[in-house]
Amino acid sequence: MINPNEGAASRVSRLLSIVPWLVNRQGIDIAEAAHELEVSEAQLREDLQLLFMCGYGPMTDELIDVSTEGGRILISNAETIADPLRLTRAEALALTVGLRALRSAEGVTKSDVIERTLAKLGEASDAAAGGGAGRVEAVLDDESAEPVRARVTDALRRHRRIHLRYLVPARDESTERDVDPMRVINVDGRWYLEGWCHRAEDTRLFRLDRVEEVEILDADGHPPAQAQARDLSAGVFTPSQDAPLVALALGRGWEWVGEYYPIESSHADGADTIVELRAGDTDWVRRLALRAGGGVRILDPQSLADVVAADAAGALAAYGQQG
Amino acid sequence: MSAPNSPAAKTERLMNLVMTLLYTRRPLSRARLRESVEQYRSAPSDEAFERMFERDKDELRELGIPLVTEEITAGWEDEPGYRIHQRDYALPQIRFDSDELAVLGLAARTWSHATLAGPAGTALRKLRASGVEPDHEAFAFVEARLGTREPAFGPLLEALLAETPVRFSYARPGGESSQRTVQPWGLTSQSGHWYLTGLDTGRDAPRVFRLSRITGKVATAGRPGSYSVPPEHDPVAMIRRRREGRELGLARLRVREGAGNALRHRAVVAAGKDGWDVVQLPFGDVQDLAHEIASYGGGVLVEEPQELRAAVLAILRAAADAHGGSGR
Repeated sequence: MINPNEGAASRVSRLLSIVPWLVNRQGIDIAEAAHELEVSEAQLREDLQLLFMCGYGPMTDELIDVSTEGGRILISNAETIADPLRLTRAEALALTVGLRALRSAEGVTKSDVIERTLAKLGEASDAAAGGGAGRVEAVLDDESAEPVRARVTDALRRHRRIHLRYLVPARDESTERDVDPMRVINVDGRWYLEGWCHRAEDTRLFRLDRVEEVEILDADGHPPAQAQARDLSAGVFTPSQDAPLVALALGRGWEWVGEYYPIESSHADGADTIVELRAGDTDWVRRLALRAGGGVRILDPQSLADVVAADAAGALAAYGQQG
Repeated sequence: MSAPNSPAAKTERLMNLVMTLLYTRRPLSRARLRESVEQYRSAPSDEAFERMFERDKDELRELGIPLVTEEITAGWEDEPGYRIHQRDYALPQIRFDSDELAVLGLAARTWSHATLAGPAGTALRKLRASGVEPDHEAFAFVEARLGTREPAFGPLLEALLAETPVRFSYARPGGESSQRTVQPWGLTSQSGHWYLTGLDTGRDAPRVFRLSRITGKVATAGRPGSYSVPPEHDPVAMIRRRREGRELGLARLRVREGAGNALRHRAVVAAGKDGWDVVQLPFGDVQDLAHEIASYGGGVLVEEPQELRAAVLAILRAAADAHGGSGR
């Protein structure tokens, strides 16, 4: 994917970080480079094409020479920018805060690698760049997941299968399942286990504070080859593409819903934000609308809006209020 | 060359400028730069070139590129010359081991999709440039993702780093909004929420603000560097104290058998009769709990306190109204 609206500053900053990386890996395969640099292959090709136009003067022999023949990247005449630029304040900060967050969860890891890395990062940053680091901090302090996290992490290290009794909040019911653990991850302050669920025969994410019981089984816990860790960068929700669309009006203070769940479209309508998203199981949408008390209004499907109206009226009636 | 005025053309121009200024062994005058940088040569007029160059200089400095001005003695007049010293430009050569590079990768990924994702990715590429490959097996047991979905995060971070006072409108839980003027001291994520700590200058006291309760835009309210963060400031402890101070009370709920399971985990449950259990639940914030209880509809009912009951009823009425029911 190429972002046509990317500003020049952001692109310059990427190019200056890509060139030193490539210079030290002459002849690297273009697809592999894109993967390692975490840019799309199309973007990398565009970037290389642009670099081909750049130099320390206008003459041909002053320009960077880039070749991608046979899908392998060769760069020469790029000595002026072959060293990476110093870390900016935001860059040093992002890594430092991330490392400290991991350290705050380290109870179960007991390794000095984070300390070593923090010390070197400090040396690599200017005093000025390092200055802001102590002011931003993320603490992964979800104690509700202990001691389940300790046991699950232990199973993960030893590659043992585990048995879980797990609460599915959307359906508000307990389930039993065997899981091969893949990773333990904290998303927005909560701990999850990602693993291959033998009941669903698929990769599943389990919120650890909803694990009611965990038992480490005497069975090999290596997940099967088809088990794929999910990309959690967009949050923990990944509905399938054929799930039906739901349209919501988000009022003030509830705009976060559009950031939290993957949405298909979004536009402003007066003070509201109208979003469309896919929901296979609409029960969580119903509960969200009840929770938000009008802050989240279901526009479509009408049948789901009717269920919310009926639920709210039913609850009011249970309080002896007119529904 | 890319189409003039396109972001690609500008990228090209900035890259050429950086390389030219790094290559030179002496400061270059504006006239020289106008000759050596392709896009400056084709500028339609001297004024157009001057404007372009002024903007470009600022942009490069904002990227952290140490572009310096040094006097050049030429003929009878001194004039400003420009260059970038390699020694100030280049990242110090620190060798990271492969397990350290792997941990840096995990640290960078904590921001994926969040405000600092761009800087984190760039930093990682820089530190990995040397050619050592990360050992992803070395440290695979803990990962984290930090969301920054609160729109206030970006502007507050900028203000905090530059020590600029800010003004914003803040909604008290269950109450109206008020205007606050704050000297930011820290941004802290705890239990999945971002908090701003700082001096509330209107109240002349340190305060904690939850970012999700900041409504509207964050405006600057003073000059950069116009205050300093107290060196003894400990945001984590300050937030923890506030949260502990807010353990307001105990709610008594009636919960239908098999329902409200997430609530039961945090509560003392006594089996009741007719399929309803009595649940005693400690809580900190009335509004937060009221929203959670409302999400269970008729499955969880509040007995007391009254304040919580009233808050749940208000939420349910609003939900009924919004969905065409007659909640009144």
